[in-house]
Amino acid sequence: MEALNVKDLQVAYDRKAVLDQVELSIPQGSLTAIVGPNGAGKSTLIKAILGMLKRSSGHISILGKPYNPKNRNVGYVPQRGSVDWDFPTNALDVILMGRYGHIGWFKRPSKGDIALAKEALHKLGMADYADRQIRQLSGGQQQRIFLARALVQDAEVYFMDEPFVGVDAKTEKAIIDLLRELKHKGKTVIVVHHDLQTVLEYFDHTLLLNRTVIANGPTEQVFTKDLLQKTYGGTLAFFSPTGDKRVMS
Amino acid sequence: MIQDMWNALLHQPNTQWVVLSTMLLGIASGVLGSFALLKKQSLIGDAVAHAALPGICIAYLLIGEKQLLVLLLGATATGLLATYLIQLITTTTRIKKDAAICLILSVFFGSGIVLLSRITQQAGGNKSGLDHFIFGQAAAMTREDVYTMAGAAGGLILIAFLLFKEWKLLIFDPDFAKNSGLPVGLLETLFSTLLVITVVIGIQAVGVILMAALLIIPAISARYWTDRLGWMVVIAGAIGACSGIVGALISTISTGLATGPLIVVTAAGCFIVSFIVGPKRGLIQKLMAHRVSAERLKEESL
Repeated sequence: MEALNVKDLQVAYDRKAVLDQVELSIPQGSLTAIVGPNGAGKSTLIKAILGMLKRSSGHISILGKPYNPKNRNVGYVPQRGSVDWDFPTNALDVILMGRYGHIGWFKRPSKGDIALAKEALHKLGMADYADRQIRQLSGGQQQRIFLARALVQDAEVYFMDEPFVGVDAKTEKAIIDLLRELKHKGKTVIVVHHDLQTVLEYFDHTLLLNRTVIANGPTEQVFTKDLLQKTYGGTLAFFSPTGDKRVMS
Repeated sequence: MIQDMWNALLHQPNTQWVVLSTMLLGIASGVLGSFALLKKQSLIGDAVAHAALPGICIAYLLIGEKQLLVLLLGATATGLLATYLIQLITTTTRIKKDAAICLILSVFFGSGIVLLSRITQQAGGNKSGLDHFIFGQAAAMTREDVYTMAGAAGGLILIAFLLFKEWKLLIFDPDFAKNSGLPVGLLETLFSTLLVITVVIGIQAVGVILMAALLIIPAISARYWTDRLGWMVVIAGAIGACSGIVGALISTISTGLATGPLIVVTAAGCFIVSFIVGPKRGLIQKLMAHRVSAERLKEESL
């Protein structure tokens, strides 16, 4: 079964196409990396799929059905820089926001919701920070809060926008452990990823993107010198997972 | 003077009503203002308040007498039109939001003043009392005016209470709100409309020029006391209420002092106190934190 299927997706800003003729499908239960150069439209792709940006055309289905946020089967981790961290709230409260879709109108979070949020905090090694104002958290901790918030959404397919950017080693480990646990439970995780060094190690499925899909398939088939060069164009410094540095031009 | 204020509050039913309604108005603007501040829409509130003036004048010219509900409908119409135009200008042209707000605010207010001068020049026009809408005159409010304002303010407070959770998520992270299945567009429109209503019901007591201050000053003051949105809203409501009560009282017992400036001056007093002694990044707290870290640094370097 496909976790995600995208047909004929086009997104345009000021009449210029940012994404064009995007066709792709992502298998259920995969850990998928979306890889491509700056400006390739990686975040745009996620936002267009989730309806946060207007699509000029395109049909999106999640687990075989047209995407509808009300189905609550899609979890989302936005880029850390997309919110105002000075907002008057604490870590636990942000995680509880992941339950709002489930709670329903006018109601306050229940004891069960709070227990779920605390469990997620604990899982990401943040149990001591529940009452902390979010501005006082480090970048890595803020990222972990966002992961925990997505976790309590209890979704089937997760979209994450650059969760590894600017985080410390401890956070990177916490995130990758969580991704593997989600995969183990049969969930699908689709991640916009920047660090080419870790693609082979972390992800079993890879989508190479530059304005359109360059390649999409199992990581070992897609993450090749030729296809990467086609994606990035020009010169690309590529670090193999074994550590020897090759420069392709 | 305090004695006079007590006497007025205890023995004059008219004063009691005016004070009650400005108190409710203060709470509503503190609450809605907190959301507007965090949504970075403080200036929109100011534009709406100024844009209400032509609406009031047009409504008066159309019906030929001062009926508050009709005037407020006119104010709501031009207020909403102003928000819509600001939105339209920022999305379809290269003009930035601050410039668009400035443009709309001054053009609408200017037209309002032109219409107002015409009205006051007409026979009997200077008795219309419309000039009270510029700086606010709570004492000039009739019993029906007071009921209208108190009812609307109560409704606004109730809606904000019911939608607290949804608005919090909408303001903090609109994309995530959308992903959670919340009707983001509807909630946005509802918030803008309620913000316009808050401003509009306040202009008779506070005036179009200063109404935005009653939205924003309680909210920024409250931020110095807490790091939780729930408390911020409550504290901003309380500061708004105090400002409303004190401003209305002083203006009723004195003759000729406009209510709006008195309310805003009171709110500004609350802001200065909050700015200095507020436990969250207030001046004293900041100085102490600075001293503690300086001493720690000294100890470590020894």
